Amino acid sequence: MHELAVTESLLEIAVRHAQENNARRISALYLVIGQWSSILDDSVQFYWDIISDGTIAKGATLHFRRVPVTLSCLDCGQEYQPTSVELVCPKCGSTRVKVKTGEEFQLEAIDVDE
Amino acid sequence: MPQRIPVVEKILSANDRLAVENQSRFNAANVFAINVMASPGAGKTSLIEQTVRGLQGRLRIGMINGDIATSFDADRAQAAGATAIQINTGGDCHLDAVMVQSALTQLDLASFDLVIIENVGNLVCPADFKLGTHKSVLVASIPEGDDKPYKYPGMYRGVNAVVINKIDLLPYVPFRMDFFKQGIEVLNPGVAQFELSCRTGEGLPGWLAWLEGQVKEFKQA
Repeated sequence: MHELAVTESLLEIAVRHAQENNARRISALYLVIGQWSSILDDSVQFYWDIISDGTIAKGATLHFRRVPVTLSCLDCGQEYQPTSVELVCPKCGSTRVKVKTGEEFQLEAIDVDE
Repeated sequence: MPQRIPVVEKILSANDRLAVENQSRFNAANVFAINVMASPGAGKTSLIEQTVRGLQGRLRIGMINGDIATSFDADRAQAAGATAIQINTGGDCHLDAVMVQSALTQLDLASFDLVIIENVGNLVCPADFKLGTHKSVLVASIPEGDDKPYKYPGMYRGVNAVVINKIDLLPYVPFRMDFFKQGIEVLNPGVAQFELSCRTGEGLPGWLAWLEGQVKEFKQA
């Protein structure tokens, strides 16, 4: 259900930016979604086909760029990808880490026809 | 020829903007607001009941309760002595800023010190939808297992306090508290943590003192 709200928001943002640029039609959307964002590509695509119907974004292709989670250890500098059972730094065991990537949740760009 | 337009906008920016408006309304009425999130059955409603009882006569508390259907939870908060508004999300798995905005029109905000928003029971979506509260609280519970921070990092990342409920079950359920807390520490360093049991009352005073302190700090600011 969550994806319906997300897809509606996506359409609103895309149409607003297209109109600001006096575009006639939106042909593609480029999304950047971190691994720690709770979004399913298939569900967004499903809702997109329904809610974009009758708008200037009808038929636009959705491009998903998934970004894996990267953590960076604040003690030893190690960069690593956590597993589902371990989050601490694999090199020095520190719990002091920073999330470098994986929380993105953005519409990066759209393709439009003038 | 198609032309590429850079957008770089957070997908839920519309919700974020409304959340900011909600927070302004809380601020204008000098009311502190918290968003309580958890999986179904972790004990959100029990914690809120205990909180309303524990702070009776000290804080005036209003409640906004999100549920897919029914008003059982709002009824329980009401019975405990709070003024409660029920939002039935009609199937939505989370509250969002719009639902809270319309609930706010039904509450006389100025008559409260604290508004508690009980989110829909779910460990995935609610974290993504800001409501405009000042602080958010995640209620975890022993029977859910000690791997939840690892499985639902998004929920543990953004909260200001983690309540670990049902500690009276620790003797009966395998639960590595160290492992659980290590996950929380990585995801959310220094976050306030309270181990308690809503059933026995153990540990509740620490939580109540923290919450009351947060409200006081807000009102003095």
